[in-house]
Amino acid sequence: MVKIITVYGSMLTGAMGRTLLLALLGLFFACIIGLFFGLLSVVRNKVCNIISQVFVDAVRGVPMIVLAFFIYFGIPYLFNTIIGGFNVTLTALQAGSACLALNCGAYMSEIIRAGIQSVDIGQMEAARSLGLPYGKAMRKVVLPQAIRTMIPSIINQFIITLKDTSILSVIGFPELVNTAKNVQANTFMAFQTWAIVGIMYLIVITILSRSAKVVERRLNVGR
Amino acid sequence: MLDGKMIKIHAENVKKNFGSIEVLKDISTDISEGEVVVIIGPSGSGKSTFLRCLNRLENVTNGKVIIDGIDITDKKTNINSVRENIGMVFQHFNLFNNLNIIDNMTLAPIQLKKCSKAEAENRAREMLKRVGLSEKAESYPSQLSGGQKQRVAIARSLCMQPKIMLFDEPTSALDPEMVGEVLKVMKDLAEDGMTMVIVTHEMGFAREVADRILFMDGGYIVEEGTPLELLMNPKEKRTKDFLDKVL
Repeated sequence: MVKIITVYGSMLTGAMGRTLLLALLGLFFACIIGLFFGLLSVVRNKVCNIISQVFVDAVRGVPMIVLAFFIYFGIPYLFNTIIGGFNVTLTALQAGSACLALNCGAYMSEIIRAGIQSVDIGQMEAARSLGLPYGKAMRKVVLPQAIRTMIPSIINQFIITLKDTSILSVIGFPELVNTAKNVQANTFMAFQTWAIVGIMYLIVITILSRSAKVVERRLNVGR
Repeated sequence: MLDGKMIKIHAENVKKNFGSIEVLKDISTDISEGEVVVIIGPSGSGKSTFLRCLNRLENVTNGKVIIDGIDITDKKTNINSVRENIGMVFQHFNLFNNLNIIDNMTLAPIQLKKCSKAEAENRAREMLKRVGLSEKAESYPSQLSGGQKQRVAIARSLCMQPKIMLFDEPTSALDPEMVGEVLKVMKDLAEDGMTMVIVTHEMGFAREVADRILFMDGGYIVEEGTPLELLMNPKEKRTKDFLDKVL
């Protein structure tokens, strides 16, 4: 155990850093995707609702590992070989964060839709009756209230996404699991290696969920 | 023109369907400036729906609604600018839960650039004083009683300086001892000459404040008249039956 920490410690923390980078990139774009499709699903427009529903169903209906292979291997092959004339190459980080963003974005979209729909319709009606346009009423009245109910689910989704980065070891991104595999191969100390990796995930996720609780409490002013 | 006064609200053959259900079958009426019109009738008669058609919270299926000369049933009408002049008070208050009382009242005036932030706050405090809730300016809606919430809701509408006020069963969700305080605010408003359309079950209030009462049933205006005519001497059988039950 001590040997692994002294010899491979910096390698593993570096890998954790890359895991976090991947997760942050994925989550950042997931928020944008989620907000976009979440809003599309609540506006009073059939076409927008259907587009959002198709996106969510498509992404949710495919295992993330398939999505990862599809983006990392499938997309370049489509452009370079099937269509031809392109020279698309994706790094594992690009493909990995795109994969996380799409996957998490689909779930975020559902969280945001449910959050907005949980706000009493009267809030929107009162805002509109004062003459506020739909967008302003949404931004100033409905969304701030929706976010409060969404926060626990969003944090949950963040944690799932952070853990899902481990799946992206299959496309060769040197995040924590991928790196730990090398450590195990070099040391043959399977128990110690995976115990350390497990504890590392545990620490990061505990910090994340604890600080999220603080944010949640702060947002509850006036309730 | 009615009694030499401007017609503020003109409804003409208004029909409203929800799916296959006809809620409003054929409603026509004119409401003139400063008039206080109370709408009564059994539940499901379309009172609230009709009220909500007057600021296009519901789109009419057929017919016309003209507010201050502007046809709001015309899709091209900018409904937001018309709504700035029509205050609405809801049964469930609908104060914005995420904002304190002052922010509730200043949100629309500031966002719609009706005035500066300072002016908006001044006016809000003035309105709060008028409804007797000056000390609640920094409170949140969840800290107020039902009656207080409804008085704030009325004050919030008044901050937009509307020309018309719509009230959708403003006292129906209140505890009995809080009904009076809300009705008093509404009565003051009526005495100040506000054009008001009120859906209510408060017959005593209707008798006291209304210039005209509309009795609605089954999607029609069955009978209308002054409180004296309609409440004391109804002509239609359906009006009589209804009044027998509620009075």
